[in-house]
Amino acid sequence: MKNKKAVVYVRLKDGVLDPQGITIQRAISNMGYDMVKSVRSGRFFELEVEANDGGIERKVEEICGKLLANPVIENYQVEFEK
Amino acid sequence: MKFGVVTFPGSNCDYDAYAAVKLIGEDVEFLWHQSDDLKGSDVIILPGGFSYGDYLRSGAIARFSPIMKSVIKFANEGGLVIGICNGFQVLVESGLLPGALMRNEHLRFSCKYIHLRVENTAGPFTNECRPGEILKIPIAHKDGNYYNFQGDLEKLKAGKQILFRYCDKDGNITPESNPNGSMYNIAGITNEKGNIVGMMPHPERAVEEVLGSADGLKVFLSIRKYIMERVGVEKP
Repeated sequence: MKNKKAVVYVRLKDGVLDPQGITIQRAISNMGYDMVKSVRSGRFFELEVEANDGGIERKVEEICGKLLANPVIENYQVEFEK
Repeated sequence: MKFGVVTFPGSNCDYDAYAAVKLIGEDVEFLWHQSDDLKGSDVIILPGGFSYGDYLRSGAIARFSPIMKSVIKFANEGGLVIGICNGFQVLVESGLLPGALMRNEHLRFSCKYIHLRVENTAGPFTNECRPGEILKIPIAHKDGNYYNFQGDLEKLKAGKQILFRYCDKDGNITPESNPNGSMYNIAGITNEKGNIVGMMPHPERAVEEVLGSADGLKVFLSIRKYIMERVGVEKP
């Protein structure tokens, strides 16, 4: 059975404060790289999915909405590897 | 009356909560996360700690444990549920309470006594407090920065769902007295019906003067009073 890889990116929504990103941006600036004006942090996940399972796109979306991302503060994006 | 204290892998305030209930002389039992049996509890305590290692997001994994299926059903049927610290995080992740608890604005774990102002004394969790009473209770968290959409924050205010706000020792709500960056200095909220409360501060750690404060007892005594009155009403 061939597995397919789904890559999930989770990001904070626009307007949600990201103190971690702000702190990383300051560190970059302290390193001397003044051209970096802002940093937003996030997470990504790789899921190995059985490719012949019907409706995997919908199921992976469900997993993202219920578990991998918190829809109150985060957006997610799913990419399936060809 | 019986209190049930849920133990997740990584809970570390379950024994404190257990001891606080013993102190007020009521029955209490631990509820294991892999079980779905609430053992006839009248009130459920989701204690502080680091359930499932705080993996993914604080409270995110605990939400899907077998015991939480029963707790969610119990809460939706009007049962009393109090989530403290990590328990609050579990309640927002479960959707039982609105909003989200994000990383503290200063990014540090913060463990200290703070002051809270009681904003609503009508419900089951604060009926032993005076309106505007100031409680001295400790916090101990890294993810306690309460966030909600502006519109939903207005709904919380209108519905009198904001139970506790961080304040200074005189009860003034100031930016300096906000330990984590929470919106509107929010330290604890209820659902619309008022039977579910989440709070970041630890009332179970402030139940005897020798601990530095006994103000946390009022939360436990309020719950007891509420249940006793309810039982009184239900009995013929």
